[in-house]
Amino acid sequence: MSEPETNIAETPADAAPRRMTLNMGPQHPSTHGVLRMVLELDGETITKAGCDIGYLHTGIEKEFEAKLYQQNVTLTDRIDYLCPLINNLCYCLAVEKLLDLEIPPAAQWMRVMLGELTRINSHLVWLGTHSMDLGAMSVFLYCFREREEILRIFEMFSGQRMMTSYFRIGGLALEPPRGWQQAVGKFIDAFPSHVDEYEELLTKNPIWMHRTQGVGRASLEDLIAHGVTGPMLRAAGLAWDIRKSEPYSSYQKFDFEIPTRTEGDVYARYQVRVEELRQSARIVKQALDGMPAGPWEADAPHVVLPDREKMKTQMEALIYHFKIVTEGFRVPAGEVYQVVESPRGEMGYYVVSDGTARPYRVFIHGPSFGNLQGLPKMVEGRLVADAIAALGSTDFVLGDVDR
Amino acid sequence: MSENALAEAVPGSVLASSVHRGQTSLEIAPAQLVEVCLFLRDQQRFNRLSGVTAVDWYPTEPRFEIVYLVHSIECNERLRLKCRLPSGHAEIESVTGVWPGANWYEREVFDLFGVVFLNHPDLRRIMMPETWEGHPLRKDYPVTGLKYDYTQE
Repeated sequence: MSEPETNIAETPADAAPRRMTLNMGPQHPSTHGVLRMVLELDGETITKAGCDIGYLHTGIEKEFEAKLYQQNVTLTDRIDYLCPLINNLCYCLAVEKLLDLEIPPAAQWMRVMLGELTRINSHLVWLGTHSMDLGAMSVFLYCFREREEILRIFEMFSGQRMMTSYFRIGGLALEPPRGWQQAVGKFIDAFPSHVDEYEELLTKNPIWMHRTQGVGRASLEDLIAHGVTGPMLRAAGLAWDIRKSEPYSSYQKFDFEIPTRTEGDVYARYQVRVEELRQSARIVKQALDGMPAGPWEADAPHVVLPDREKMKTQMEALIYHFKIVTEGFRVPAGEVYQVVESPRGEMGYYVVSDGTARPYRVFIHGPSFGNLQGLPKMVEGRLVADAIAALGSTDFVLGDVDR
Repeated sequence: MSENALAEAVPGSVLASSVHRGQTSLEIAPAQLVEVCLFLRDQQRFNRLSGVTAVDWYPTEPRFEIVYLVHSIECNERLRLKCRLPSGHAEIESVTGVWPGANWYEREVFDLFGVVFLNHPDLRRIMMPETWEGHPLRKDYPVTGLKYDYTQE
């Protein structure tokens, strides 16, 4: 941190106001992880803002090149750790497209259902921490109460609360557990009333409105040009959602709306995300009620591991099992850029195959990377206190930015 | 977007084109990249750059393939532009003037692949420390990293 001279007593009264450089982060409670912001201040007004990232860089893209396609699924969880299943989904869809695999409807619907639960989970963490940044402590407790229930559902499905790796290339990792319908049903029936609870605490709260309305505004053109995606664009008036525009995993069969606002400020982003909570709950409900029967893995013995019974009784299944575990499966040469709508915006995996069992190159387009790039536009010319609100409203995950 | 429209507007810019799994890729002459991007943005409504990345085809030459993932929200269309650069002269014009969002993506490619973007407003490392030697995503850079002597700091 550069040391500003702040000895006010010695400053002559007629001196020109002095610029000060303020270092925010990498260890700052409102930067949620290890983001460092360098703010140039004129009094309390930010004249210039810059982000310094890379503190969480772990070289995941390099590691992808060293592992087999199926092994890489576990790496994808660790990129955007607040929505692991949507990362799994995006990677699996990309590789499945390269393999030209047909995924059975039951697996597709299960992916949609769990993906939407992940979105709810991620939005709850955002709502809780964002409102806590702005001084509303109790919302955090309510949000984490519901999040806990979602994590229990994930544990029930995959044995893991957070790093689930439940989607695999070709389908799901395990058969859905006994009694999952009751667990999901119980949660999703109660959830809309919980969203009402959050709204009662915040939506008409005068302190909340004052802290968020008119703050962190940037024009839609600016946001698009800087690579911002997702709820931030929807809060600025653009009804663009990849689930509608480029449907994947049978999203076209679900009935839901894209919430939009036109104000483009922090409050509008809050409204959009709260409405998305309700829409996601609607999708989960539809998936639960209309879940098709049938297999949850593709009929592709060279990609999907055989079940234990077959492996122990059929020679062919044993050979496939041995081959997949020891040397993986080969993916035809080519490249694919697959996008999905993550809770933060456009998430994309660009997978290049050279025909071997390991990806030649994987580029991960994390939505937080673009969203964070648009941040200086939202905070320059505003007060420092508003920067915290704008920062929280971008809903970034540093694992997703730095990879 | 028809490929012919691009070939007409910027003659000689499209070196090759392919469609794989329903996705279009165009190989663009590096010298005409900015002209192509301006045409796509202004005439074809490709108002968004989804990302910039690179693929290292070491030891084949030209070694680096810079990939631009271009997107039009309005037309709901995606396009991939590719430029091949030789290892001895890994330089290309920056597209930050066309889409400001390219800034960090180009810095990332510069950091991890060592490709230089000319006329970039702020070309420095973004992920690795400023003092880092080498470019980790190059294929001749080992996954385990190079030996680093912490006592020599």
